Amino acid sequence: MEAALPAWLLATWVTLKLAGLTTLILLLLGMPLAWWLAHTRSRWRLPIGAVVALPMVLPPTVLGFYLLISLAPDGPIGQLTQSLGLGTLAFTFHGLLLASVLYSLPFVVHPLQAGFTAIPRATLEAAATLRAAPIDRFFSVVLPLARPSLITASLLGFAHTVGEFGVVLMVGGNIEGQTRVLSVLLYDQVEAMDYADAHVLAAGLLLFSFALLLLMQWLGRRTAVGHD
Amino acid sequence: MTEPADTLHIALRLARDDFRLDIELHLPGQGVTAVFGPSGSGKSTLLRAIAGLEPAAAGTVRIGTDTWQDADGSQPAHRRAIGMVFQHTALLPHLSVEGNLRYGWKRAAAADALLQRWIERLALAPLLHRRPDSLSGGERQRVALARALVTAPRLLLLDEPLSALDGERRAEILPYLEAVRREAGIPILYVTHAVDEVARLADHLVLLDAGRVMASGPALAVLNRGDLPLALREDAGVVLEATVESRDAHGLLSLRTPAGTLHAHGPAHAAGTPLRLRVQARDVSLALSRHDDSSLLNLLPATLTDLEPLAGGQVQARLDACGTPLLARISHRSVERLQLRPGMPVWAQIKAVALLV
Repeated sequence: MEAALPAWLLATWVTLKLAGLTTLILLLLGMPLAWWLAHTRSRWRLPIGAVVALPMVLPPTVLGFYLLISLAPDGPIGQLTQSLGLGTLAFTFHGLLLASVLYSLPFVVHPLQAGFTAIPRATLEAAATLRAAPIDRFFSVVLPLARPSLITASLLGFAHTVGEFGVVLMVGGNIEGQTRVLSVLLYDQVEAMDYADAHVLAAGLLLFSFALLLLMQWLGRRTAVGHD
Repeated sequence: MTEPADTLHIALRLARDDFRLDIELHLPGQGVTAVFGPSGSGKSTLLRAIAGLEPAAAGTVRIGTDTWQDADGSQPAHRRAIGMVFQHTALLPHLSVEGNLRYGWKRAAAADALLQRWIERLALAPLLHRRPDSLSGGERQRVALARALVTAPRLLLLDEPLSALDGERRAEILPYLEAVRREAGIPILYVTHAVDEVARLADHLVLLDAGRVMASGPALAVLNRGDLPLALREDAGVVLEATVESRDAHGLLSLRTPAGTLHAHGPAHAAGTPLRLRVQARDVSLALSRHDDSSLLNLLPATLTDLEPLAGGQVQARLDACGTPLLARISHRSVERLQLRPGMPVWAQIKAVALLV
């Protein structure tokens, strides 16, 4: 069945699945992490903040290299997954997912952290004096007030995962239907001198990224106006 | 409103790098207790600790038989039946006025009648669908007051609710505060650094300085005590309880006070209306005999009890007018010229009387 589908469609499916799952996982992990970074007075705040920001400046191949070593059968993550009966994750979709989560972490955590920091302490204290317990405050005050940041974090996390290449190639390889994403397919097409298809794919990715950023700008402007 | 009063027992300690709070108070379970003191004296911290917003504060907070905090533990803010109004209202910006009112009301499972009552009393019906950022400062404070009251609290905490407002807005919201004082039926702790707010609203007064209680007692008695730093401020004065006797065609009120009858211009009040008056020390001068040829209307016989030198060649004279204390600020030169001594009978000439209610 799958072999019958065109390569670009398979790669699109893998890309969307990867970006969607990565964004979902990052929102779930990123919210507590961003909340902690926004409010803790722990001395670990700065080092952990720096680790979260690392993927922004690190060459993707460096991250990919260390991940590959860790995922290998004798690496720490490889041994863990083997002992859990999961085999090794290198060159699988799940390995790719793990790499994407690490790689896109700052693009989700930073907007969330900024959004959480901007909520005045007095607003949360007022909610507490109005009988709202901590979890209740998170859902009834924090999430509604941080909604613009939540949208920005989701869009950035998604777009950044679609745009990754180096980490994918190092950790996921190039297996059709499993780990071959659009950016890798484009690389293949160029290598094979298939410029006609490469043009279509490149233009498609360009348009997609532009549309996403345009949407973000528009949403950002709308919230700014709404708060005047 | 006629239930037996629930006494408030507060014993709190809190140490920060540059500040210590060490407070022990037994307060009446009704009326307005003003918490007054210079900035940095710990007023707001005390209020926040009572609300459960200062986790580092240790001690006891008890109202009637309800213990919110003692040696065995401390309830978090959301489990204390308090209503709190902050200096900067802290309305929830993503909810309408109605959403703000219902937020705590719903969580406290309070009666619908309570919600309707405070919407009506604080005149909020026309604002219900507005957003907090479209309200004026005074409107916001009214919403914050109602939002706190509809949770059916046992104690209302007001943290400088007027300090962010200009004079006009203040005058606009004071009548609402008085309505709350009359009708809420719960004790109110009112933090302020404005003497006129204390004089106008307070039944009981707690004076704080550097995290400690300097005085606590009936508001007028504490305000008029001469041995507190309050008496040496530029705006020192006394507050008198008065009853309206009559009002003449020019709007001049005759006011009966324990110190004698005083006159002041004011709005039409029915005879018998109780009022509070404030007489500032700088508006009182002394004479040895009664000057009926003076333009001053307010002359009271009194006995000079004490003379205290102030900076700048000034002297603060304490007087006793039929058992009521008065303060007069006069020059050192006048003291010498009139040869003023404690025990002498004098006439207090009062240039201005401020009506507080």
